[in-house]
Amino acid sequence: MSSGKNERLIVSPSPHIAGDETIPKLMYAVLYALIPAAVVSILFFGLDGLRVLLLSSLFCLLVEYLIMRFMLGRSSTLADGSALITGLLLGFNLPSNLPAWMIFSGAVVAIGVAKLTFGGLGRNPFNPALVGRVFLLISFPAQMTTWPLPRFLNFSWGEDAVTGATAISVVKEGLKQGESMDSLLAKLPSLIDLILGATGGSIGEVSAIALLAGGLYLLFKKVISWHIPVSYLLTVAVITGVIWLIDPTKSASPLFHLFTGGLMLGAFFMATDYVSTPMSAKGQLVYGVGCGVLTVVIRLYGAYPEGVSFAILLMNATTPLINNSFKPARFGHQAA
Amino acid sequence: MKSAKSLSSFRLGGIHPPENKLSATSPILDLPLPALVTIPVTQNLGAPAKVIVKKGDAVLVGQIIAAAGGFVSANTHSSVSGTVAKITDEVDSSGYKRPTITIKVEGDDWIEGVDLSDALVTDLGLTNQEMMERIVTAGIVGLGGAAFPSHVKLTPPKGKSCDVLIINGVECEPYLTADHRLMLEQGAELIVGIKILMQLLNSSRAVIGIENNKRDAIKQLEQLLESESGIEVTPLKVQYPQGGEKQLINATIGKEVPAGALPIEVGAVVHNVGTIVAIYHAVMKGRPLVERIITVTGKKITKPANFRVRIGTPVSHLIEAVGGLPMGSGKVINGGPMMGRALTTLDAPVVKGSSGILVMDGSESIRREAVACIRCAKCIDSCPMGLAPYLLKIWGERSELERAEDELVMDCIECGSCSFTCPANLPLLDYIRLAKQGVGRMLRERSKS
Repeated sequence: MSSGKNERLIVSPSPHIAGDETIPKLMYAVLYALIPAAVVSILFFGLDGLRVLLLSSLFCLLVEYLIMRFMLGRSSTLADGSALITGLLLGFNLPSNLPAWMIFSGAVVAIGVAKLTFGGLGRNPFNPALVGRVFLLISFPAQMTTWPLPRFLNFSWGEDAVTGATAISVVKEGLKQGESMDSLLAKLPSLIDLILGATGGSIGEVSAIALLAGGLYLLFKKVISWHIPVSYLLTVAVITGVIWLIDPTKSASPLFHLFTGGLMLGAFFMATDYVSTPMSAKGQLVYGVGCGVLTVVIRLYGAYPEGVSFAILLMNATTPLINNSFKPARFGHQAA
Repeated sequence: MKSAKSLSSFRLGGIHPPENKLSATSPILDLPLPALVTIPVTQNLGAPAKVIVKKGDAVLVGQIIAAAGGFVSANTHSSVSGTVAKITDEVDSSGYKRPTITIKVEGDDWIEGVDLSDALVTDLGLTNQEMMERIVTAGIVGLGGAAFPSHVKLTPPKGKSCDVLIINGVECEPYLTADHRLMLEQGAELIVGIKILMQLLNSSRAVIGIENNKRDAIKQLEQLLESESGIEVTPLKVQYPQGGEKQLINATIGKEVPAGALPIEVGAVVHNVGTIVAIYHAVMKGRPLVERIITVTGKKITKPANFRVRIGTPVSHLIEAVGGLPMGSGKVINGGPMMGRALTTLDAPVVKGSSGILVMDGSESIRREAVACIRCAKCIDSCPMGLAPYLLKIWGERSELERAEDELVMDCIECGSCSFTCPANLPLLDYIRLAKQGVGRMLRERSKS
């Protein structure tokens, strides 16, 4: 009991309550969503896959800690979870036999250059994991495109694995040589295997189904909205679908395009990165379509077999412009 | 009962904060009179009222002590009988000092001509003009919080007409239950009040919008309206800010009030349920607005309650009535947690626009530390006006007023959904208010030159 006369009251403007969403919660939701794909990659690429994921995560955390602590003299930001996501995503984008020092240099570029030079979380114009990945791809093209083939539940360590091309580059090269689509498909794992992830490729991108499960979890948890993944995937499906309908002997089906390469990983986890993507729903749709068009153009006509990373990074660059041009749907401003 | 899916709501944004309607089952209690009441001279939006009593005057309940200072203004009445102790500037619920009349309470003697019985009066055969005069005399203002003089809203501008009267029984603010209890306990009076307004506005249709978390009130009113025509109850999705005027119009009749325009532009007039019951009392009982229903609540309050309380009662009197301020209390809010104002003193009085007193524990009262924006766009998704709060915050912070204006900062209804939602704990609305103030100043200067 008190008369209230001498109470010291806290005064601040409304609102006086806040929701329970925090940045670490959102970041950890993304990490949970990556678990199925991580599990599949360990099932298929064994301890080598685990090694890459651990090293990449560890290096990214280390680089973030060292730079924040000793170069910028700020408090550690490891707890927000964003460096761990970048580490895991970078690892997802690497072949399972990449040497540790290359992974480390990728982490330095991802966290040090792409993220912290711009001011850290929230200020990086490009997706850090993708910048790290593309840096490695351009610097070490041979190592970055030599894919150990998956060996289901083989947990031997460091054994020289059989390597091979990814499904998407087999098709691209074969079509260039004039082979028919049917004979190319005969050389490849079945579509079911491609969807499950029993195929050569970056360790985290092979299993479309595991990535889809994680992506749906993010949608369900409202961590991401549907606009970017749906417009991205739909654009790829529609363009490759039209081309395939015109001549199915000389082109891969839209299903093949959807379930191979880095598309699922890109559409649900890379193109939806908060910081580097547009804010409004309309802007996100435009962005997703842009990613889709660029991905298909690079896949079909570019020098690289896969275009997801480049497409997303290029669209990252357009984000400020899209934000300026596509405002949120306004209330009370419709022409009657 | 409609299923949750088919419930109407507004078109854009919105959030769902924990409802915490702790006092929903507490019947309205009459609070005993305090020893002193402090009645702010002006309790309405618009022109200030003029004091017409002086120190030492004896006053009765319902006696006008400050007269309306124009058309957009309202009379202020004594809520008790007693002696005017002083007329001074006192800190009110806004935190500012305002002209205030302090009255020593000596009794509960009313002015002549007020029907104090509980009997429901449905018709006195008054003309429209007589009814309007009674509303003006009674000093009725919007009791939902804005305190806009009600008779102004009942006088549509030339060439406009009210096709539908919308009754705001939404009460979307967490914790508050005053309107809920009013609808349950005074539904019959509410309906007579609605008919008065329909007659005055010459409107054949009325819609009562109620959030679906008050099913007992919805059922009660539907039963009372069974034999009536022209008045419908629309259960609404529990979504904040469902009770925002533009949001409620959008949810109930599907129309969108253009930016900068009044509801009458789309043929609607909106009144809060409490206001309508006050209008019933003014017209049918000759009773001025001297009391209102107010929720006194909080997680640490042992018996959250709804009181019928005289205007001018100090907040401390209300808090004592529910067992006193709990140990470790941090904030005391006049209103709800989303749009209410934190009080600077518990001596502040209940005014016409006070809908609740919310006591928050110290641990709930401190804001979380703000970190950098990660551009998650959740503020955009939550904004019921379709604004980009993250951007308005930047322009507010940098005093880039033209850019804030271009981004429609003046459309902001200050509901606080953006700040509530922000995972970086950014005080978005603080900066948006700054921007609004600056742009408002700029617009006034522009119109002068």
